[in-house]
Amino acid sequence: MAAMKPVGPVLVQGATAPSENEGDLSLKQEEIARRGHYFMALQREVEDRIERKLYRQGKILGGVYVGRGQEAICVGAGLVSEQEDWLYPCHRDLGLYLVRGVTPREIFAQYMGRVGGLTRGREGNMHMGDLKRRIVAIISAMAASVPVATGTAMALKFQRSRNIVFNIFGDGATSRGDWHEGLNLASVQKAPVVFICNNNQYAYSTPLEKQMACEHVADRAVGYGMPGEIVDGNDVMAVYRAVKRAADRARAGEGPSLVECKTFRMTGHSAHDGGDYVPDHLWTEWGEKCPIVRIERVMLERGWTTREELEQVHARIKREADEAIEWAENSPYPDASTLTEDVYEGSR
Amino acid sequence: MAEITYLEAIRQGIWEEMERDSKVFCLGEDIGVYGGAFKITKGMLERFGEERIVDTPIAESAIVGAAIGASFAGMRPVAEMQFSDFITCAFDQIVNFAAKTRYRWNAPAPLVVRAPSGGGIHGGPYHSQNPEAWFVRTPGLKVVEPATAYDAKGLIKSAIRDNDPVIFFEHKKLYRAIKGEVPEGDYTVPLGKARLHREGKHIAVITYGAMVHVAAEAAEVLDREGVSLEILDLRTLLPLDEEAILASVKKCSRVLVFHEDTLTGGVGGEISARISEKAFEWLDAPVVRLAAPDTPVPFSPPLEEAFLPNAAKVIEKARWLAGY
Ligand SMILES: Cc1ncc(C[n+]2csc(CCOP(=O)(O)OP(=O)(O)O)c2C)c(N)n1
Ligand SMILES: [Mg+2]
Repeated sequence: MAAMKPVGPVLVQGATAPSENEGDLSLKQEEIARRGHYFMALQREVEDRIERKLYRQGKILGGVYVGRGQEAICVGAGLVSEQEDWLYPCHRDLGLYLVRGVTPREIFAQYMGRVGGLTRGREGNMHMGDLKRRIVAIISAMAASVPVATGTAMALKFQRSRNIVFNIFGDGATSRGDWHEGLNLASVQKAPVVFICNNNQYAYSTPLEKQMACEHVADRAVGYGMPGEIVDGNDVMAVYRAVKRAADRARAGEGPSLVECKTFRMTGHSAHDGGDYVPDHLWTEWGEKCPIVRIERVMLERGWTTREELEQVHARIKREADEAIEWAENSPYPDASTLTEDVYEGSR
Repeated sequence: MAEITYLEAIRQGIWEEMERDSKVFCLGEDIGVYGGAFKITKGMLERFGEERIVDTPIAESAIVGAAIGASFAGMRPVAEMQFSDFITCAFDQIVNFAAKTRYRWNAPAPLVVRAPSGGGIHGGPYHSQNPEAWFVRTPGLKVVEPATAYDAKGLIKSAIRDNDPVIFFEHKKLYRAIKGEVPEGDYTVPLGKARLHREGKHIAVITYGAMVHVAAEAAEVLDREGVSLEILDLRTLLPLDEEAILASVKKCSRVLVFHEDTLTGGVGGEISARISEKAFEWLDAPVVRLAAPDTPVPFSPPLEEAFLPNAAKVIEKARWLAGY
């Protein structure tokens, strides 16, 4: 445990590939980079379509929250997860769904309130889950998932499963009582769960210093007797490695960990918010740390890819999005007569 | 008199109370620099400073708990829930601490919890709820929900001046949709008093909040059919203005109790029970309720539309009552 004391924030420019002798990584570095890049770019494209096209065209109604600039966190964590592990994403973690195999078709249909979405139109935007794929939907109340993720982890431990739980939440969520109750219970129970904080330095308009008086979210871990690690949240390889360490620990029966990913929200809070309260220099500074551009640089430098190949990937993703939107728009709206179904088992 | 929105009326009311009484202060998420998710506290940080416009962490239980504690020390806190759907995070502080403290040990908790509620904005299950009934069954609280700009300002002032905890629901759909003549200076609207929104002869519609306007829309159509609706706007749900309810019931003899909240356990059940207990002989038809069906609030437009009460549904119920 002592080996994982909080370290200072790692805010380096280039994404960092691990040195050859670092730990046992279940995926080869090149593979992490390649898959990480694909899923980050896919998340970016799908969310750009949602926020900048479909929402503005009035085809998507209600709230729209995207993870622009923060994709490395959910994607890095997703790549660590095994197919039978449980995922508890939050509202900026579309990449986690994509890694698990949720399709852009289902996502667009979800946002448009069609039957082809994961919630058949009952819910909108990121309020989606799929029990078969072991993805648990958030409720809106921030941090409410934390005790719930803990309970799933306790059950997995009880069942002697090798599987673990990944729970992502924002910096603001860590102010809520549910967050603290959940972490404490998980730690006391040595529940196999990895708590991952997307610290994008804002909660809606509220900057971090009004959210908490300690410097790092990871500082909170010590109070619950679990390791807290800080990682560069714009570096998919670094996120992968930190989450992998925490996941290995959970799988080995050593209990939960808290991984704090430092990043920045490259949008307003939601599609209706321009984020005017954010000082200009932060947009510029963090705009240069785009996790997709950074991993592309690493891949090119290491000779894992070429410009042409990257362009092909982006072109393929664009086609995938086009096709998925068309599919979603052809998915019907739910029939009003289904309104009262499924309030209870078998209810009509 | 100026014509202002429901939203602006609430803002003016709070603003004037803060000018009038230095003990009044606001606390909540994003209420300072941002002026609140709906801009109710816009400009207040600049005018009143950080001690009186307190931006809090995301911690509803702490927001209400702190409001209770500050009220014990003589302050008049106005706590904002960003959406009424998150008021549940503060449930224990409201129903167990604030509501019972006067009764238990004679310690009043004069605070206001403001909560934007209601559907029709494509908000889905967690940005559309009407949670008033959870609080209406809690002795010790007062529960208010204005329908007009005039009442919104007058009632928020009364709520702030009241010596008991008041839960103040603001219908999100009314914020910018409803405008009205509102005096610029000081006035109050009393808590616990209903208001006759529209006089009528045949059917008394007992309602509140955004549904007052839905009922009024239906009344126009029904007028042409020779069915005259009286609309009673309750304004305060706890305590209920029983006198006003019974007066409308006795006048019209046919009653529609109407709310946007779901049917079972809704405020309408209590109102119907009181009517049958106290005005049974005056009734010419069963007391009819119109409310949302007993489901969560769905997101997809066709489902949300089927879920929400509307003028057509009022007309259908009214025709049935008229023909009874
Ligand atoms: C209990 C609760 N209160 C208020 C809100 C309204 N709200 C939605 S997101 C948000 C900010 C969340 O900040 P953070 O946890 O840092 O996540 P981020 O949006 O920055 O990713 C707020 C206040 C909420 N969802 N839940
Ligand atoms: Mg945040």
